[in-house]
Amino acid sequence: MALPSYTETRYRIWHYFYIAICTFVFFFLIAPLFVIFPLSFNAEEFLVFSEGMKRLDPDAFSFRWYHEMVYGTKNPWGLAAKNSFIIAIFATIGSIVLGTLAALGLSSRHMPYKGLIMAVLISPMIVPLIISGVAIFFFMAKVGLAATHTGIVMAHIILGTPFVVITVTATLSGFDHSVTRAASSLGSNPVNTFMKITLPLILPGVISGGLFAFVTSFDEVVVVLFLAGLENTTIPVQMWTGLREQLSPTILAVATCLIILSTLILVTAELLRRRSERLRGINR
Amino acid sequence: MSSETKQILTTDGIPLEVSLKKAEKKNKIKAFLLVAPLLLFLFITYVFPIGEMFTRSVDDKMITNMLPKTFKAMEKWDGKELPPEDVFAGFYSDYKVLIENQTQGKLGQRLNKEKNGFNSITKKLMRQIKRNKIDESQSIKEQIMKVHKRWRDVEYWQAIKRTAPPYTMVKYLKGVDMYFAADGSIAQVDEDRRIHRILWLRTLEIALFVTIFCFLMGYPIAHLLATLPMKYSNLLMICVLLPFWTSLLVRTASWMILLQQQGVVNDFFVMIGLVADDSRPEMMYNKVGTYVAMTQILLPFMVLPLYSVMKTISPSLMRAGKSLGGTPFVAFWKVYFPLTIPGIGAGCLLVFILAIGYYITPALVGGASGTLISNQIAYHMKTTLDWSFASAMGLMLLSGVLVIYWIYNKLVGVDNIKLG
Repeated sequence: MALPSYTETRYRIWHYFYIAICTFVFFFLIAPLFVIFPLSFNAEEFLVFSEGMKRLDPDAFSFRWYHEMVYGTKNPWGLAAKNSFIIAIFATIGSIVLGTLAALGLSSRHMPYKGLIMAVLISPMIVPLIISGVAIFFFMAKVGLAATHTGIVMAHIILGTPFVVITVTATLSGFDHSVTRAASSLGSNPVNTFMKITLPLILPGVISGGLFAFVTSFDEVVVVLFLAGLENTTIPVQMWTGLREQLSPTILAVATCLIILSTLILVTAELLRRRSERLRGINR
Repeated sequence: MSSETKQILTTDGIPLEVSLKKAEKKNKIKAFLLVAPLLLFLFITYVFPIGEMFTRSVDDKMITNMLPKTFKAMEKWDGKELPPEDVFAGFYSDYKVLIENQTQGKLGQRLNKEKNGFNSITKKLMRQIKRNKIDESQSIKEQIMKVHKRWRDVEYWQAIKRTAPPYTMVKYLKGVDMYFAADGSIAQVDEDRRIHRILWLRTLEIALFVTIFCFLMGYPIAHLLATLPMKYSNLLMICVLLPFWTSLLVRTASWMILLQQQGVVNDFFVMIGLVADDSRPEMMYNKVGTYVAMTQILLPFMVLPLYSVMKTISPSLMRAGKSLGGTPFVAFWKVYFPLTIPGIGAGCLLVFILAIGYYITPALVGGASGTLISNQIAYHMKTTLDWSFASAMGLMLLSGVLVIYWIYNKLVGVDNIKLG
């Protein structure tokens, strides 16, 4: 962003002002995440930087809260983590299957009422979570699935499919349909064509949609708060109760783990996106 | 032309046109069958339950089912003077059935909501009936009127008549701080009790300002990301995407740590001498906390649509504007800015839609003056258990969101939502 030498002074000032604003916004976006790291190693029980930490005294830091998170007596994180992963994995699988099928149908030229159906399929992403929560709770209570893993998985499939539908339709928009016709004309049946030709080509979109669905489920708390009993507690629910009731630094240890997890997911998603862009480049 | 095409036959001897139509129809069904599982799943578990919220919110069948004979008799009553004998008789026999089923208490409570004082007079009537004090061969009207003077008051009978319809809009009126007055007209609740209107306005205000803040902060960085060379912008993009992928609760937690009175932001203010150490301002549990945290959390949803639009604007357009004599400001305002309007629309609508239904962050950092309509819905779902009121408020919020969603769909198209 170097300025040409002929730039007038006022534009020069404006330019530095602009850079300063951008720096501030990037700082505003990313800095809050980094407060969590050092505080999670706090040796004391408070959620503030102690005097020792400010002096970088090694005694002020410890793994105490990580130890507490894993081995603490009667702490809920183990069960919550197990539940979170089970629910998120099944919800992701469900979202991928239903979402990919729907996206295939929606990308067909022959699909009737495409806009309307798309709007309905995307709506769980747009409707405020509290309303989705109330509606899904009424349904699950009626069919007796409230406070069960199945009920929560179904709820998260509802919330996760829009992401899969969006990413897979986006991938399919650059998809060359003549390859599937070629496969069919060479005698392949539709299922075989899908598994051998279409799926490998749209896989980046499917996986990145799946990642969105996973994160949505893994991070979702509003609907779970309505549906979950004590047995179905998840990491976000525990964090929610923790943040509302007793603020213990254990939460920060958990939060640090979650940030690491989201970094891993971000890297995967970015790699997939680039691969998909490269693949589409070849297709053209 | 058409007569000629009709004569073209496929190898099976079927006219081509018919055969093509058949194939077209087959393809339509095939495409629809692929969408059908998800559509069916969503309709059963999601769309119908939202519809059920509506029936729940207007449902008022309880009394209608409890007092069938009373309401039948009331059909002929004009509601101006005390009802005739057959209304009293109908009410007496309905009430006797309720006492036998031991559900008379619910009737008293429900009628008490309609008009104060019902609970005691229905209880009094119940005791008389249980002691067999009511002689069915005599005029029931006279005897009931003797039980308590309020039974002689026409207003109480009017109140019963008002509960006759199986559906009611009471919950919706309550949602905007109104109610049905005794004469059936719509009235406002007292000024000092209008809590819901404050909440609606506050929700709108916060959603609007968060959208504006996100726009003001998102526009410059989206511009920077779109104009920087790829290798730098990819790195900076991570600053946008990492918060996007990070758990909402983690981000809210970090704001709670930053904004608390002994928190990092206050420490910093004290260090640069902005505030004294003993008068640290309260930045959490009020609107400030809600604004700051929600802006940071929703900012990626503004940056990503803006970025994807700005990325498509060729830098040569700005150069052309400048070379034609425009100053950089003019070139930006007349050339660049209008081209980004689709992105602005998409980003602002998305942020507004998400902000208006926010629940978790306001509940944690908002305190009493930062709570939004969603928190009120959750409160009625979990604490007061007034589910029909929660449904009514939810649907009022939903209708607002659906209008914006419809505009969004018209302007941007749902299939153009960009993720990451």
